[in-house]
Amino acid sequence: MSLADTQPEAAKQADVAVPELLGPWSLMWRKFRRHRVAYVSLWLVGFIYALALFGDFFAPERLDDTNRRGIFAPPQGIHFFVENEDGSSEFQLHAKARKVQVNQSTMRRSYVDVPGKIIPLGFFVEGYDYKLLWLIPSNTHFFGPKDPDDVVYFLGADRLGRDILSRIIIGTKISMSIGLVGVAISLVIGVSLGGLSGYYGGWVDNVIQRLIEFLRSIPTIPLWMGLAAAIPLGWPPLRTYFVVTIIVSMIGWTSLAREVRGKFLSLRSEDFIVAARLDGLSDWEVIRKHMIPSFSSHIIASLTLAVPMMILAETSLSFLGIGLQPPIVSWGTLLKEAQNIRTIIEAPWLLLAPGTMIVVAVLALNFLGDGLRDAADPHAH
Amino acid sequence: MPQIHMPTDMSIAPPEGSPLVEIRGLKTHFFTDDGVVKAVEGVDLDIFANRTLCILGESGCGKSIMARSILRIIDAPGKITAGSITYHGREGGSVDLARARPGSKELRDIRGSDIAMIFQEPMSSLGPITKIGKQIVETLHLHRNLSKAEARELAIEMLAKVGIPKPAERFEAYPFELSGGMRQRAMIAMALSCQPRLLIADEPTTALDVTTQAQILDLIAELQDELKMGVMLITHDLGVVAEVAEDVAVMYMGQIVEKGDVYSIFENPQHPYTQALLASIPRMGMTRQRRLPAIQGMVPHPLARPSGCAFRTRCNHVIAGKCDAQTPPLVSRDGSEVACFLHDEGAKHV
Amino acid sequence: MLGFLYRRILYMIPTVFLVSVVTFLIIQLPPGDYLDTLAAELSDQGGLDEATAQALRDQYGLGKPFYVQYYKWITGIIFDWNFGISFEKNVPVNDLIWDRLGWTFGISVLTLLFIWIVALPIGIYSAVRKYSFGDYAATLFGFIGLAVPNFLLALVMMYVAFKYFGQSVGGLVSPQYIGEPWTWDKFVDLLKHIWMPIVVVGTSGAAALIRIMRANLLDELYRPYVVTARAKGMSEFQLLMRYPVRVALNPFVSTIGWILPTLVSGEIIVAVVMNLPTTGPLLLRALLVQDMYLAGSLILIVSLLTVLGTLISDLLLAWIDPRIRYQ
Repeated sequence: MSLADTQPEAAKQADVAVPELLGPWSLMWRKFRRHRVAYVSLWLVGFIYALALFGDFFAPERLDDTNRRGIFAPPQGIHFFVENEDGSSEFQLHAKARKVQVNQSTMRRSYVDVPGKIIPLGFFVEGYDYKLLWLIPSNTHFFGPKDPDDVVYFLGADRLGRDILSRIIIGTKISMSIGLVGVAISLVIGVSLGGLSGYYGGWVDNVIQRLIEFLRSIPTIPLWMGLAAAIPLGWPPLRTYFVVTIIVSMIGWTSLAREVRGKFLSLRSEDFIVAARLDGLSDWEVIRKHMIPSFSSHIIASLTLAVPMMILAETSLSFLGIGLQPPIVSWGTLLKEAQNIRTIIEAPWLLLAPGTMIVVAVLALNFLGDGLRDAADPHAH
Repeated sequence: MPQIHMPTDMSIAPPEGSPLVEIRGLKTHFFTDDGVVKAVEGVDLDIFANRTLCILGESGCGKSIMARSILRIIDAPGKITAGSITYHGREGGSVDLARARPGSKELRDIRGSDIAMIFQEPMSSLGPITKIGKQIVETLHLHRNLSKAEARELAIEMLAKVGIPKPAERFEAYPFELSGGMRQRAMIAMALSCQPRLLIADEPTTALDVTTQAQILDLIAELQDELKMGVMLITHDLGVVAEVAEDVAVMYMGQIVEKGDVYSIFENPQHPYTQALLASIPRMGMTRQRRLPAIQGMVPHPLARPSGCAFRTRCNHVIAGKCDAQTPPLVSRDGSEVACFLHDEGAKHV
Repeated sequence: MLGFLYRRILYMIPTVFLVSVVTFLIIQLPPGDYLDTLAAELSDQGGLDEATAQALRDQYGLGKPFYVQYYKWITGIIFDWNFGISFEKNVPVNDLIWDRLGWTFGISVLTLLFIWIVALPIGIYSAVRKYSFGDYAATLFGFIGLAVPNFLLALVMMYVAFKYFGQSVGGLVSPQYIGEPWTWDKFVDLLKHIWMPIVVVGTSGAAALIRIMRANLLDELYRPYVVTARAKGMSEFQLLMRYPVRVALNPFVSTIGWILPTLVSGEIIVAVVMNLPTTGPLLLRALLVQDMYLAGSLILIVSLLTVLGTLISDLLLAWIDPRIRYQ
């Protein structure tokens, strides 16, 4: 005789606020928007991928332009006002022109400002030729010195006088896309194996679970090192890139497969799945029409969290010198330049600039993934 | 549905002496992101020793929150915002539980020792990876100065008293090794281990199957008789009320709408809500063709509390201009107390 | 409990077998073998002596099918405790690896302890004082700890230590102690060095475990049994430690299973950066010059020890959680 099940009737409900009915995706979006850090991260991630897509547009200098007068040049600041001869100041973005001085006794280089000489900077300036999105020829660059012959090192230069900022921007393409391609591979393997495991259960489940346990119980770095060291040095960069991607994607899929399996297991006994099956839908239809939509938001969140793992993996391997090799430019190969402590002491920007970029990208992706996961979880408080 | 059998003995003595716990004007509110939920909104209640008081109401009416307010075990964002809960101790002193500092020694000494509580979910209310015996012994050590061996002996004695077979073996068992009914018995053993003066039972039988329910209720009644303690039993089940209650308080949206002894409530319900509740029970000899009446409408959303009388949105006897303007006070009438304007002298003819 | 133990050990056997096969496959992957590398290196000096090459070929079955080589390798290890020789250094692998493996595992285990000591209290604090300043600080630390790759953190710390504290960096002991017998001074010197790799390797793990502990505990903090304990009259600290923390600890313990492999991985990469006398630099070098038996033995043993660590963590879990033990 429970009192809880009184009959719902619409009558006399004037005082009751009826909650707005929203679809699952718009509900998720609304919850996500409330997660402020994640929302900002979404924009940041968007910006980083824009850097990857329009790298040449954002890079002020050509990727491998060497410059003997810029060896280990420290970062240059941007200044806003110039003083005219009459003492008034005028707004003009510029950097101070520098020249190299070599101390004859220690053979150490130092850069000093040339008094009174500036390099004017501007937006949408003319620079080297490139093809926007691999198609449209252009020579306009987002920001840089107005005179294409001037060189300004916003984030310093490496041992060949190459501009670190430009190299980081161009490296974004490789580093960020490795994450995406790796995740795509993990997605295919993880969802299919996890799905098989969870939907059919029994010995299929057992075999796949043992395989996952096995892969998770061995330390990844030595294995990757072994695999990556097997890549012949003579291979074309593109092939190396794909093999490295496949190697790093080996981590992502196991956790994804576990998650998918868990979802399948819990959904399998849900009433709406049983009902769909009793309605005569085939296994594939049940999976496609009912199961996948009900956990796709979780999958998206997990994928977002897997991208930074892969970026870190690529970076580590390339840093050790067994992943991507120069001339491929990625954040990992850039950090390889900062491998010994003497270089770091002399030119800390070689370590700090790409390092910061990696940390920012990984943080943004982590925050984004976390926000998505929270938003996708109907039980989160 | 089980039928309700009222005992034929129609005499219940009025409560003797002063109450154990006096609740006055209690308000417990939850400060959520979406607004303030007034779970308990002005409750006056006396709880006496050696009597069983049933709090009756639908889910979400605030009965559990009210009970938890007594022990001050409300989770954030809930807070007692007004009122007092005076507990009269064994030695004659009294404490206002509503104002005691959270986590203070004073409060902790009363919990489990003077006032004990058992809960709805025997599955999850016991620590999942601690042995049953240890959980009881722990309670004893908190409130009694006992040696390990004495505590163990007492715990096994309690397990035997609540009807657990092979108590010495069960002492070493983990909760997941016991059935639901056995776990609830273990919970009761733990709650009663320090011989409390008041036992608060929050829907102790809801999660159990019907036969076990009856056994647990019998057990509580038996122990109440033996230990002469007060029992406050929270339920939404009218059958339970009829079986064990001496006093009944009916709650609706955080307020007591009617209270009195069980016979007055069942024989002469005065509040339209109580009347509707009782009308929704099947009775012996009822013609089959008639549909069982249900209370119209739904409980309003907790954030959209109606003005005036909270029940007016579902009431058949609304007095326009009165019920939506003022909150009816709880007034004595015919041996019980009721909060409804229908019983105002001026409104009698409606 | 004993049955559980046997079952777990039985499960380990196929894993161990698979590990050895995969390891061998990997070291076989590069085209050619060490003899080719050696021949190429020696070609300026008149090439490799044909007799020596043939002797090496016969001993290890080089050039034979995969399974023959594998069989020779694995039976050598099982029956004679012979891990083969390091081609590059021309000494038995046995002479090279054990010291370094000891350090790798010593550092990994110390790191694990470090992680626990850091993560447990911070995780509990973070959950109990949810949304407090300390919780936000811990969360921030957690995110950053996960975002900074090990080697980058190692480099930054070395830079900071060198630039601002003038500390010698790299290695486990100062140069003057290398090769010296163990004395108290050397031990103190070791302590001065070893904290850095431990902190570097442990940071990401600690960050992960803080988040796990916080989430686990938040799951438990509002369970009915906590209310029961409170209603019994227990003090908040007592009940926190005896009930929700105890329960939240179980999934926490099971994390050793996956954290140990990542610690070993992290240690290897950090060792390369910090030039520690552990497995990392040796393995990297062995892989780069195709010194296959050395590389293979290192990967195999590191993996085996990790599998063993996972087993120990499973047993520990069963020991503290009766629900698993009784399954």
